[in-house]
Amino acid sequence: MTNAQRTKQADDRWNWLWEWANPVKFMALSGKVLPFAAAIAALTLVPGVIWGFFFTPEADKFGSSVKIIYVHVPTAMMAINIWVMMLVASLIWIVRRHQVSALAAKAAALIGMVMTLAALFTGAIWGEPMWGTYWAWDPRLTSFLILFLFYLGYMALWGAIENPDTAADLTAVLCIVGSVFALLSRYAVNFWNQGLHQGASLSLDKQENVSDVYWFPLVLTLVGFVALFVLLLLIRTRTEVRLRRLHALETRERMIDA
Amino acid sequence: MLDLGKYAGAVMSSWGVTILLLVLLGVITWRQSVNARARLKAAEDRRKARNG
Repeated sequence: MTNAQRTKQADDRWNWLWEWANPVKFMALSGKVLPFAAAIAALTLVPGVIWGFFFTPEADKFGSSVKIIYVHVPTAMMAINIWVMMLVASLIWIVRRHQVSALAAKAAALIGMVMTLAALFTGAIWGEPMWGTYWAWDPRLTSFLILFLFYLGYMALWGAIENPDTAADLTAVLCIVGSVFALLSRYAVNFWNQGLHQGASLSLDKQENVSDVYWFPLVLTLVGFVALFVLLLLIRTRTEVRLRRLHALETRERMIDA
Repeated sequence: MLDLGKYAGAVMSSWGVTILLLVLLGVITWRQSVNARARLKAAEDRRKARNG
């Protein structure tokens, strides 16, 4: 087999993925996926939060405040992971110039910002009874605050630049720079052996995990948050594709009228 | 009714803030979607009318 044939075969293997890059195909495919995403979100998030809130016992150290874990941990994990998703989409835009990937990154930003805000709020509310303060310049808290500011800056940059391709280029660069803080938010506890924030509640290492009675509803809630994100992301990306088409039609109208 | 003891305020406010933010996000997403769909339909109709 020649190199050209091998390259073509590799390209063919990824065709299913690149089909999403065509706006028309994306609208058709995402329209079919939407009801399933909504059903998965409802079937995991609703039982997960009900289980976590009503049917988990008080913890020895945290009392009933342990129930905050079901809103704090998923929002914090989504805040970081959404930025990573935006990074991947931005890199696809930079390398392959697929419009839908740039629009997906743009669409994800508001969801990520809301998740970061919720994580900051719930963390502060939980911090007061546990640490005696709502806020401390702890490595994880500080890197999360900076991540929140990056989300705001990212959305402001999209809004400030009229040319959509230039906006996509500049926000992609901002996304790459902000990834340092997204990773820092995730690993701050490991980097610095100081600060108030505890270690990870969910880990591949069984020793680090919270006990099973909290772990199972937490995983269910987390799957629910991921499904909710996919649902909102699809709806928001579809809106962005429509707005891009609208922009093209209105530009053409103005040119005809002039 | 669930007894949350001395942490009731912290638990309820954490859940309240999160639910409020997620509902707001859902409403904004839905409204933007409906609005974009209506504006695009109007623009497509105008284009069809122009082209006959």
